[in-house]
Amino acid sequence: MPRPGFVLEVDRSTPPVLVWHGEGFRLERLPAERSRVVYAPEPLAPLPDPDAAVRRALLEPLGDSPPLPELLYAGMRLTIAFDDLSLPLPPMRRPDNRQRVIEAVLELAAEAGVDDVVLIAALGLHRRMTDAELRHCLGDRIFDAFAPYGALLQHDAEDPSGLVMLGQTDKGEDVEVNRRVAESDLLVYVNINLVAMDGGHKSTSTGLMSYRSVRHHHNVRTLQHSRSLMDRPNSELHSSAWRIGRLLGQQVRVFQVETTLNNDTFPSQMAFLQKREWEWGVKDRATFVAASRGADALSPSAKRALFQAVLSPQQMTSVQAGEVEAVHAATIANLHRQQLVEVEGQSDVVIFGLPHVGPYNVGSIMNPILVMCLSLGYFFNFYIGKPLVRPGGVVIVSHPTPWAFHPVHHPSYIDFFEEVLSSTTDPLQIEKLYEERFATDEWYRHLYRTSYAYHGVHPFYMWYWGAHALEYASNTIIVGGNRRAVRRMGFKPATTLADALEMAEDQVGRDPTITYFRCPPIMLANVH
Amino acid sequence: MSIRSDREKRDEWLAALRRPLPFPFGSPTWPASVARPKRRSVLGVNYETEWARRYSVRLARVAWTELVTRPLTTAVAQPSVEGLDRFKYVEAPVIFAANHLSHLDAPLVLSVLPEPWRHKLVTLAAADYFFDSKLKGAYFAFSLNAVPIERVRVSRQSADRAEALIADGWNLLIFPEGGRSPDGWGQAHRGGAAWLAARSGRPLVPVHIKGTGRLLPRGAKRLYVGDTKVTFGAPIVPDLPARQLVGRLEAAIAALADETTSDWWSARRRAAKGSTPSLTGPEASPWRRAWALGPSPKDGARARSSADQKRWPPRP
Repeated sequence: MPRPGFVLEVDRSTPPVLVWHGEGFRLERLPAERSRVVYAPEPLAPLPDPDAAVRRALLEPLGDSPPLPELLYAGMRLTIAFDDLSLPLPPMRRPDNRQRVIEAVLELAAEAGVDDVVLIAALGLHRRMTDAELRHCLGDRIFDAFAPYGALLQHDAEDPSGLVMLGQTDKGEDVEVNRRVAESDLLVYVNINLVAMDGGHKSTSTGLMSYRSVRHHHNVRTLQHSRSLMDRPNSELHSSAWRIGRLLGQQVRVFQVETTLNNDTFPSQMAFLQKREWEWGVKDRATFVAASRGADALSPSAKRALFQAVLSPQQMTSVQAGEVEAVHAATIANLHRQQLVEVEGQSDVVIFGLPHVGPYNVGSIMNPILVMCLSLGYFFNFYIGKPLVRPGGVVIVSHPTPWAFHPVHHPSYIDFFEEVLSSTTDPLQIEKLYEERFATDEWYRHLYRTSYAYHGVHPFYMWYWGAHALEYASNTIIVGGNRRAVRRMGFKPATTLADALEMAEDQVGRDPTITYFRCPPIMLANVH
Repeated sequence: MSIRSDREKRDEWLAALRRPLPFPFGSPTWPASVARPKRRSVLGVNYETEWARRYSVRLARVAWTELVTRPLTTAVAQPSVEGLDRFKYVEAPVIFAANHLSHLDAPLVLSVLPEPWRHKLVTLAAADYFFDSKLKGAYFAFSLNAVPIERVRVSRQSADRAEALIADGWNLLIFPEGGRSPDGWGQAHRGGAAWLAARSGRPLVPVHIKGTGRLLPRGAKRLYVGDTKVTFGAPIVPDLPARQLVGRLEAAIAALADETTSDWWSARRRAAKGSTPSLTGPEASPWRRAWALGPSPKDGARARSSADQKRWPPRP
């Protein structure tokens, strides 16, 4: 029986706690009697037979959807869209959930005699996936059956001939979707719901739409009013995505398949990363020392290559299919079963230790903008109710924050960092003065469409992702980061955690209360 | 001054050596607010003996039994055996149930049992005594193929384990008295052997051991050399409820004891009349019970000459 999440009140007998620091980790001792550590629930038991569960979900759908076989017929146009490589984190070992589900859907399509089947990676404005990444997500069988015949596509949000305008929502939001999707008799969307933000109508309204549509929910106003991004009823971003998704659903039949994973995030060789420190045995301590000392001895690129090669042993805990909203409600319930941690009250300071990988640097570099997005956009938003830190509190982040960018994956990030952030860090100003230019820049558009670059507007969205936290917290301190890079983003650099806590006292007073959110594994704090 | 300084330095150095290493090189401290989980002991009834029944270990035990256990036991206990023919044609597995006087009993039975029984035998041994340390547990699991059994309280784990062993084809050796005799007399039987027989449907073979209590009684500090006798009885088919089987087994072992001190025909007649002397001895004061057992081996030549003149059960 896995143990639920847990909040440890730090006392003098509490050992130092593990804090992620990019491609490495540190042991930090927190001040006694005023600190607490939030630990994630232990991994749930996976489904004993995931393939049977997938098949059952397709045959017994939720909501008012008929079973999938009843929606399949010879001569139809079937499109299967799937989440891109930003999920799950770290990438999971094969077989990926997407492979299991899509193979089951294709089995039924073959039985029904459907010939016109196209698979689309729902990239949204993310970079295109390489063949190796597609092969990893989908498995060899699917890749070899579809890719050579041009039936495995990647969504292109800038293809003028590949997009169709379906109309506007009652709030005036444009719904411009992938043409193949719009012209399909059935869209089967296959997702991995890694965090509560994913899934539902957001899958289609982000992954398969154009910049003209995505900008309606990916903007400073919606993100400042999404409290939190992980709590759909209180997220303005999701409200917009739901309106867009519902309009799409009126014109295209959507059969949603959502899956959840347990939080068995790291391989057994790195088991210490998921254990509570006082439960570390000799092996855990030895692997910690070896891994942290080994990582310290490597060059940044070697370290990155080593950490990026880690595949998670996460396994499927639930699968549900059918009508989008009914499916998503069941998915969120299953996700909460794994990730929810009850936390009492807020603190003056919150500490986040950022790992080596986030949604937008799989196989890439976590540049300073992604550090901001992962800490203030994701970690800060891993709450329901209210944030872990009080209004006007301080966020402390541990990450090396290198002044380094992947030139192929993040070209517009470089210009955003050099040009935009050097003039202002205010999201509203940035949106007003710069977004349009970057979003419509022909060179970025070209790189997005033909190379492996994120869309020109993507760094803006990363910055907006933290807009709620920027507005809410009084200061952000980055421990162990590149000082120039940290200052460029308007944050304060600190050499050690102790220094950062001293600096935080300037904002929140002496002896502040501290919450250390020990993530990963991913969890969601239900703050009362 | 310099000598004192050196001593101080040495003391500091030694103190540093004694100081526990800091985490993560040493063990972490345990937060006061977190309850320590109760660790499941790996000793006692939880001691895992599966390894002792691996083929390689079984081969090693055959060698150990033939080269060490049997020659030593034969040299010390000089056993004579009767009744082997009574279970010759019974199908394995069976449950051997013996009275218990001494630590010599299990190796003695192991030594006198013929093949194929000898090397397909598991001895159920007191978990609290034989498996209270890893070293002891490993020794007894290896040498006697011992398996821990709870004798202080009823344990489902012990019962299930024994039943699984029978299902795997292993013969069991059980001492239903639950421990060695404290005073040389037998003790009332507990229900474990009968329950296992009733549950598994396998026959009980009563065994009476005579003489080991004189060579290595409970609490003895040395081992004496002398004669012993092991008598096997006719198998008892478990066609009765376990409660009734207990009495039947106890009576069968008492009848074997009677047979040992008299003769088979007389013992059978007394058994038929229900007048077999009890193994538990006279209900009298402790000194009279001790007296009734006859001289101890410590009494030297007198004891050896009267070793077989046990006064209980009394000769007819």
